[in-house]
Amino acid sequence: MTRIAASTPHRVRLILNGRERVGRAESRMLLSDFIRHELGATGTHLGCEHGVCGACTVRVDGVASRSCLMLAVQAEGRRIDTVEGLCDGDGLGDLQAAFKRHHALQCGFCTAGILNSCAEFLEQTPEPSERDVRDMLSGHLCRCTGYTGIVAAVLEVAAERRGSQPETPHV
Amino acid sequence: MKPAAFDYARPESRKEVLKLLAEAGSDARVLAGGQSLMAVLNMRLAEPSLVIDIGNVADLRYIEIRDDRLCIGANTRQAELVAWPELAERVPLLAQVMPWVGHFQTRNRGTVCGSVAHADPSAELPLCLAVLGGEIVLERRHWRRGRRVVPAGEFFQGLLTTARAPDELITGVRFPLARSDHHYRFTEVAMRHGDFALVALAADIGPDDILLGAGGVADRPVVRRMPRDADLDTELNTFAWSLGAEDDGHASAAYRRQLVRELGYKLLTEAQP
Repeated sequence: MTRIAASTPHRVRLILNGRERVGRAESRMLLSDFIRHELGATGTHLGCEHGVCGACTVRVDGVASRSCLMLAVQAEGRRIDTVEGLCDGDGLGDLQAAFKRHHALQCGFCTAGILNSCAEFLEQTPEPSERDVRDMLSGHLCRCTGYTGIVAAVLEVAAERRGSQPETPHV
Repeated sequence: MKPAAFDYARPESRKEVLKLLAEAGSDARVLAGGQSLMAVLNMRLAEPSLVIDIGNVADLRYIEIRDDRLCIGANTRQAELVAWPELAERVPLLAQVMPWVGHFQTRNRGTVCGSVAHADPSAELPLCLAVLGGEIVLERRHWRRGRRVVPAGEFFQGLLTTARAPDELITGVRFPLARSDHHYRFTEVAMRHGDFALVALAADIGPDDILLGAGGVADRPVVRRMPRDADLDTELNTFAWSLGAEDDGHASAAYRRQLVRELGYKLLTEAQP
């Protein structure tokens, strides 16, 4: 049984975007704060800190999850993927590039979380309908875009990856 | 918005969990998927001295049929239930409800039993358990009376309040399997899909009786039995008023009563599949 006393820093080792990283976390430290403050990967943003807004969404062993609703010590040994891992070398990945093309972000605060959700969603649902995309986006709040550009970007990437034309989204 | 300090334990067996709970009692909280508890900790609505993470207890992770019940373990994630291939056939009400339970990002980690343990009055899973007449299995460390099974109707006692004693662990829940001559229906209105329900309604429509349950209005899921040949308008109006709806920042009491009447009528009169 693992036991960690309160207020005692504990060594946490995980795989962040394919690289092994080690940091120290008290039992109460959230995974989101650990990623940002201990590991310095500040692409992950924190909005509401109670699981509603979706900004802090990362992938835990491939699965989109709120990093504010998980303790850093729970991530021991797990694979954590953040927005930094979506890049294609030094350039943008296809999903990120489509977001840029479709003005699917303005201030960008919510975008990292949305991209991580989209990344898992497109693996699970390679041929999504607009309704599927909107349903997936219900787990995120974006106050700038009105979501239309995001929906268009996701549908376009899905179509590109299949080698076909995207359906025209309804505004 | 950060939790207060707590001791953290990650036991490997059910026995260890029960021992920790017996020692710490109401000072401890059980962490499974964390989709309710972590928010509560972040907002410091609870400041337990010990958090017991049951994520490594392998024998609490199961979906199995025993007799006429679908049994789901405390570690089974909502996403695992969604992916279970027999769900629509065995418990069609759950198959209808799962897409309404949070968002896919929270279903990925959230557990079925965790939602039941949290007992939010607007949560869909407690409502289903109440309408179907399911049960909650509770265990604690005791040489003889270590285990009890509580019907859903007795388990939910109010806002975030259940019949669970502080030293008890919810090890599983049991949903009755669908009966061939019954129909099951669910509907909900929320501010956005996956948000807390303003009103959620679930129905078990049998040959003689209808069991209609409402979530999001009273302080717990409430179920009313009505005969199939009853005057629906009167029944639904009586039910709507019986729930003691109150005004809050999202909806007025009158709007919630109207939702119960309108959604209820739609739910119970739409053509059966």
